[in-house]
Parts: sequence; C-alpha cells; structure tokens
Amino acid sequence: MSTTASAAGSTGETRAYRDYGRPLWRRVLLSREAAVIALLILVWIVGYTQVPHFAAPITLTFLLQDMAPVLLIALPMTLIIITGEIDLSVASVMGLSSALIGILTQQGWAFGAAFLVALIVGLVAGLVNGVLVTVVGLPSLAVTIGTLALYRGIAQGLLGSKAITDFPSEWTSLATGNIPGTPLPIVTVLIVVLALVFGLLLHFTPFGRGVYAIGLSADAAAFSGVRITRTKIILFALAGLVSAVAGAYYTLRFGSARGDNATGLELSVVAAVLLGGVSIFGGRGALPGVLAGALLIGAIASALRLAGITSDVINVVTGVLLVLSVVIAGLLGKLRFRRLRIVKS
Amino acid sequence: MPDDIPPAAPATGSTPSAGAPSGAAASTAPAAPSAPAALELRDISKAFGQVIALRSGTLRLESGSIHALIGENGAGKSTLVKIIAGLYQRDAGEFLLGGESVDFRSTAESKAAGIAVIYQEPTLFPDLSVTENIFMGRQPLKGLRRIDRAAMREQALGLFQRLGVRIHPDRPARGLSIADQQIIEIAKAISLDARVLVMDEPTAALSGVEVDRLFAVARALRDEGRALLFISHRFDEVFALCDTVTVMRDGAYIATQPIAETDTAKLVRQMVGRDVAELFPKQEAVIGDELLRVEGLTSPLFADVDLSVRSGEIVGLAGLVGAGRSEVVRAVFGVDRYDSGTVTVEGRALAPHDPTAAMRAGLALVPEDRRAQGLVLGTTVARNLTMAIRSKLTKAGILTRAAENQAARVWASRLEVKSSALDAEVGTFSGGNQQKVVLAKWLATNPKVLIVDEPTRGIDVGTKSEVHRLLSELAGQGLGILMISSELPEVLGMADRVIVMREGRVTAELSRADANPESVMSAATGAGAAA
Ligand SMILES: Nc1ncnc2c1ncn2[C@@H]1O[C@H](COP(=O)(O)OP(=O)(O)OP(=O)(O)O)[C@@H](O)[C@H]1O
Ligand SMILES: [Mg+2]
Repeated sequence: MSTTASAAGSTGETRAYRDYGRPLWRRVLLSREAAVIALLILVWIVGYTQVPHFAAPITLTFLLQDMAPVLLIALPMTLIIITGEIDLSVASVMGLSSALIGILTQQGWAFGAAFLVALIVGLVAGLVNGVLVTVVGLPSLAVTIGTLALYRGIAQGLLGSKAITDFPSEWTSLATGNIPGTPLPIVTVLIVVLALVFGLLLHFTPFGRGVYAIGLSADAAAFSGVRITRTKIILFALAGLVSAVAGAYYTLRFGSARGDNATGLELSVVAAVLLGGVSIFGGRGALPGVLAGALLIGAIASALRLAGITSDVINVVTGVLLVLSVVIAGLLGKLRFRRLRIVKS
Repeated sequence: MPDDIPPAAPATGSTPSAGAPSGAAASTAPAAPSAPAALELRDISKAFGQVIALRSGTLRLESGSIHALIGENGAGKSTLVKIIAGLYQRDAGEFLLGGESVDFRSTAESKAAGIAVIYQEPTLFPDLSVTENIFMGRQPLKGLRRIDRAAMREQALGLFQRLGVRIHPDRPARGLSIADQQIIEIAKAISLDARVLVMDEPTAALSGVEVDRLFAVARALRDEGRALLFISHRFDEVFALCDTVTVMRDGAYIATQPIAETDTAKLVRQMVGRDVAELFPKQEAVIGDELLRVEGLTSPLFADVDLSVRSGEIVGLAGLVGAGRSEVVRAVFGVDRYDSGTVTVEGRALAPHDPTAAMRAGLALVPEDRRAQGLVLGTTVARNLTMAIRSKLTKAGILTRAAENQAARVWASRLEVKSSALDAEVGTFSGGNQQKVVLAKWLATNPKVLIVDEPTRGIDVGTKSEVHRLLSELAGQGLGILMISSELPEVLGMADRVIVMREGRVTAELSRADANPESVMSAATGAGAAA
C-alpha cells in the first residue's frame, strides 16, 4: 500500500510551487497595461515639453472634466466587456438622465430629488438590458443597439429640442469647481472612489473572479457555480446607474439638460476600454490599463487641440491608435496561441 | 525486481476480447529492421520557453503493425504526436517518412503525406453537423463543384456503422458527449485512408464495446498494411491491440520492445522507474446514512432515474457511451434542466437548476469534459484550483492572490500537479495533469457527495492508483461518492454498488458481490435481457 501511495509522485520529489513563472520585471513590463501607461507618460512628456499651454494646470482640469464621463462609465464597461458582453446604450442613458433632470427641475422639483429619479431610471434601464441579454438570451450587441435608440428616443421625446439651462449654482459648482488648492476638478474624487470600488470588485473579490471566468469559458464557469445570469444583470444595472450619474454630471457641467446630450459617447468609452488592454472577446484586461487608456485618449486630444489641430484630425489619431492597439494585441495573441492552438482544419 | 506484481492485463481486461498478451502480437511479425520504417523519429527535442516537453523522442513505426506509445502524464507523448502532425516543429532531431527526411510546416502537409492523427482532445466545429466535421475541407463534390451532401452523409453513416455507433449524421457537434466527439475524430481520421494513423488516447472516454469496435477497425487497417500508433494509459488495451511498445519518460525515449516480450510490471517500471500496482485495492468503509437521493429524474435524455448514495459508499454508474449517465449527473448538480423528479441532499430537497445551491448543499461534480467544463482555460492553475472555493478564501469580502496561491499550493501538491509555477496557464498542461487540477479543484470544496464523471480519463498508472486511493480514503472519511466510469475494472474494483444505465434508464442495480463483467455488460447492452 505504501508503494501505491507514493507512486503518484512520478518524479519522486515533492514540488515546491513558485507563485510566478516569470520574474517580476517581465510580468510588469510586458503587460498590456504597462504599454498603455508608458504611452500615456510619453504623450504627457511630449505635450509638456512641445505643446504650448499643455503644462498649464488648467489643461489638466479641462482634461479631467472632459474625460470624467468616459472614465466613470469605462469602469462598469470594463467588467461587462470582460464577461464577453458589451453595452452600447450608456450614452443614451446619459441623455435620458439629463432630460429627466431637466424636465423635473423645470416642473419645480428639487435638483436632488430629480437626480435621484434619474439614478433609479438609469438603474432600471440597465436592468432591462441585463434581463434581455440573460433571461431572454439575446446578444448584448443587438440588445443595446436597440436600447441605444430606445433610451435616446425617450430622452428626446421628453424634452423635444428644448434645452433646460437653469440649475442651482451650488450643484453646478460641484461639477465645475476644483478641489480647493489643486487643479483637480471635484469630480476627480468621485472617479477615484468609484475606480477603487470597481477595482476591488474586479480584482479582489470572488465576484470578479467569476467575471473573468464567464468571459473565458461560460461553460466552465457554470460548472464552477458562477451565477452567470445574476452577474451579468448586476453589471448591466451598474452600467445604467453609473451612466445616469455621468449624465447628471454632464448636465451640470454644461449647465444644460438636453435629450441629445453625450450622443456617441459610448464609442469613446469602448475605445478607452479596448485601448486599455481589455479583450473584446472577454476574459482579459485590468482596470488600471483602462483608466490609463481613457486618460491617454484625453491627453492626446487635448495636446492636439492645444497645438491647433482640428477635431477631425484628433478623431483620426484616436481611431488609428485604437486600431493599432487592437491589431497589436491580436498579433501578440496569435504569437502566444500558435503554440497552444490545436488544428482546426 | 519483486515478483509479486502480476501482469494485470489478462485479469483486468475491460475489453472482453482482451486475450493473452501475446495473442495479438503473434499474428504479425515486426518488419525486418533493414527496410525503411513507415515513419521514424530520432532524438526529437522540443521546448516551450523554459519547459522542455521532449528531450529525445525516438519512435519507429512499421507498416502492417500497431505500435503502442506509453508514458506518464507529461512524458511528452502528445508533443511527439503534434510534431508528427506538423502542428509543432521540432527543435532538433530527425523525422523520416518511408526513409525520407520530412519537415512538416503545417497539418495540411502531414495530411498530404498520408498521416492521419486523432488528437487527445477533440477539436470539432461546434456549429457544424457531425458529417460536415468529418469531411471538413475535403467534401465530396458533384457537378459544378457543389458539395455532394447525400454522398457525404452516406459515407458518414458508413463510418458510424463501421465503428458501431449511433450518432445522427446531421446533428451539430455542439453538445456531443466527449466520447461521441472522440468517435467523430476517429471517424474523421479513418476516413482519410492514411498510410500512418496516429491515435492519441482515442479510448480514454470510450467504454468496452466502442473500444472493441475501434480495435476491430484498427486491426483491419493493420492487416491492410498501414502503420498505426496507439497511445493509452490502459495496459490491457496495449496488450490486446499492439505488436510493439515504446516507453517514454520525462520527454525521453526509454525502450522499445515486442509486446510478447514484456508485461505490465516491466512496462510500469520503465515508465515510472519503480513498481506500482495498476489498480488500488479498495479499502472497506463504514457505510452510513443516505446523503444523496435522486427520485424519478426525467428529462428528454433520461427517464425515471432513481439512485441514492450513502455516506462512505462508492456507487459506480456504469453503461455504454450515450447511456445518459453524464446527463443525469449534470442535472443532479443543476447545470442541466430536468422536467420532473427530485434531488435530495441529506434529506433536504435541492432547488433545481442551481449549481451554486448544489455546491452549498455539499455536492461537487468533476465533469467529463475537462477542457470545456472542468477548467477555465486561459487562466492560471491557481485560479482554476481555487475557482470553486473562491468565496471561502475571502477575508472581509476581499480575495487576494496570496490567499489563492496558498490554497492552490496545498491542493496542487496533494494531487502532485506537475507545474513549477502557480501562474502557469492550465491550458498548456498535459491531459492527465489537467485532470488532476479539476479533481483538486473539487476536492478543495470539501464536499459531502462527490460526483466524478470519468475521474481517471487520461490519467497514468501511478496517478490513477493515487486517485483511487484518494477516492477510497474520502469514502473512508464519510463522503458519498458517485462515480461514472466507462472502465469496467475501475467500476468493479472501486464500487460498493453498481448502477447500470442503458438508453437513459436504470437497468440494473448490483451489489459489489453481484457485479461482474458479465452482469454489468448485459445490463448495459441489454443482451442479457432476452436470456
Ligand atoms: N504548448 C505548450 N506550452 C508549454 N508547455 C507545454 C505545451 N505543450 C506541452 N507542454 C508541456 O510539455 C510536457 C509534455 O506534455 P505532453 O502533452 O506531450 O504529455 P503527454 O505525455 O501527452 O501526457 P498525458 O498522458 O497527460 O496526455 C508537459 O509538461 C506539458 O506541460
Ligand atoms: Mg497527451
């Protein structure tokens, strides 16, 4: 009996398992996140030294204000894309939130109450997406293209082409003011707090492990007791909720509630997430990379703008960057997978 | 060299046709060594980064002969196969085909050169029909280069008949059991009509009857003068089918010998470097209260299934491939839906279709398809080992890598998972090593009832007896174990009670005393029903 008991140790020795197969510097420096962060630093240095006014504190203020909605929504979007889904309705939910706040305050509601309603509606809008994707079982791309039109339609139906511009100054100053003594807008606090929350959720909880598992192999996740339906519904609901917050911020910052606020912003969000190293096929990516990706898009845009380059060109540059990042990731993935791939023909 | 280890082949043959070790070998003598071999590999080496998968792979396949390749998990057998297939390129060494040096850059080239390969892990296109899968890339054509569907379907049916299986030729590959997927791969390979047929653990998921059919086909091919390579961890199969056997260890060639001149004990010694019993003797456990009860479970795939598992008991679930055994346990665990019936764990009814609830109640399921269901490929061995216990590893809701690694280390060493680093991607492991990870992942949940679906599929001798010892030990600690196995010796050796299924129904329940190859097989095939 003792011979068989020890027999499994085929090579005899008991194995000491190292935590990592590669040294720290290789793991860190060769990650996608590191590449994005390096690029961000590079753009920053170039901007700082080459572009007039880029070094001015006000540039940072505007950059963060401009990118705040993208930074905020990119957080839940990252988790959604890691599960292999996507939510394209986020900008429409922003518009819906903006229109609701406008119409309710116009009818004499306190801003806070209107904001609360907008949050609830955002949450419900997200839940609807989640239920259609999971319970009904439709592809999220199709569902959220549909609700992109639907939520935007409702927003524009509520306000028509009107803009409501009268908001209490104590609220607008929250959106336009800075943290005293710094060039950082107050919304930075919200971004940091939510980034920490989502970062913890994704990287330091069983829920987050489930998110990755769903994206890598939904079958294996189901066999491991990951609650796929619940996880996805929660994520879509969170995306709706955060989008509503971003919509309120957008309204206050420009002091204008309109049904067509933030049209097309979903593409910037998805771009930031993919640029940040998240795989569109799910299963891979990390939040720090996404934050860097969003800031990179913002930094490039503001450097080019300050250099007097038109917004068309800025869009082209951002687009090229995105395509390049996806292509490079694809090529790296191919190289890695060439070794693992089993024949398909 | 102790004499007390008997050659296990004749005694434990899972295939009724498994005769004396020398029986098969006698029919064909190995070709004269002077003639060029059908396929020859000399000192092939292959490394993946730091991992040396092969040091000196050496192999000589003769026409009209079936050659066995055996070795422990991770010995490099599949790597050698993939080099033959042109899927991997060798780092060094010689590769001769019919005496001429070849250098395959792709699988298309090896196929064109007359080599057909059945890979260890089936890789079918899930959305194509099984017929389309078999004829992928070489569909029979009719006028105007249109695909001749009727001919294709006809040929597929012919192949299935030859292999003695009933699979609908138009059904999609998605949802096929791992055994049926394997059969499709076999059908695909034999339909290629190749000079050299390489089979990497084709029988791992099959039960006796299918194995016999496959062997009949393999012998027919041998008699037509083809060269066959057969990889298996089951010695009885090696002795029943093969003429020559090559042993590998740690990526290196150890020995080649005619099958008649060796026995199980010798081969095992060459494989692991010391003596190992093939089957672990079952320990007696105290059988206690009923832990799991399934009553009247019915779905389109099975009907009226009743079964129960008591504490300390190992219940074997036997049957042919396609009998519905995996479907039943999947429904019990809640991954699949069922229409009616109840599942009770320790007297409490289990909510249907909720694996998380099943896990909480103390069920664990080691599924049959390790790559699709058991493992999250693309992530690390540590994440996989802790996937099912991740909620238990938290402190104040926070799960750290350190906590995962600590737990992973414990379970990796308990099952002797071969990996140096905990962040190695589990997809790069050898088949048997992956199986260990899945087992460890579920043992870590500390279940009350452990359901294992083909727990030793693709596992080598040493580890297999270790798995058996582990299961026995767990039963001794009061676990209830429900074990699906297509390997008759495993079922008969391990189970306190054997439940046999055929075509979705329970056809027999046999006590350990009543269970023998005849009683189980007749209930499984329905052959005994008439008699
Ligand atoms: N693509 C790869 N990348 C890294 N390591 C690999 C790769 N493929 C195989 N290996 C390693 O090479 C070794 C040999 O693996 P191989 O699959 O050839 O073993 P095997 O003899 O077929 O084992 P089994 O009986 O378990 O199927 C293993 O240690 C495995 O982890
Ligand atoms: Mg193998």
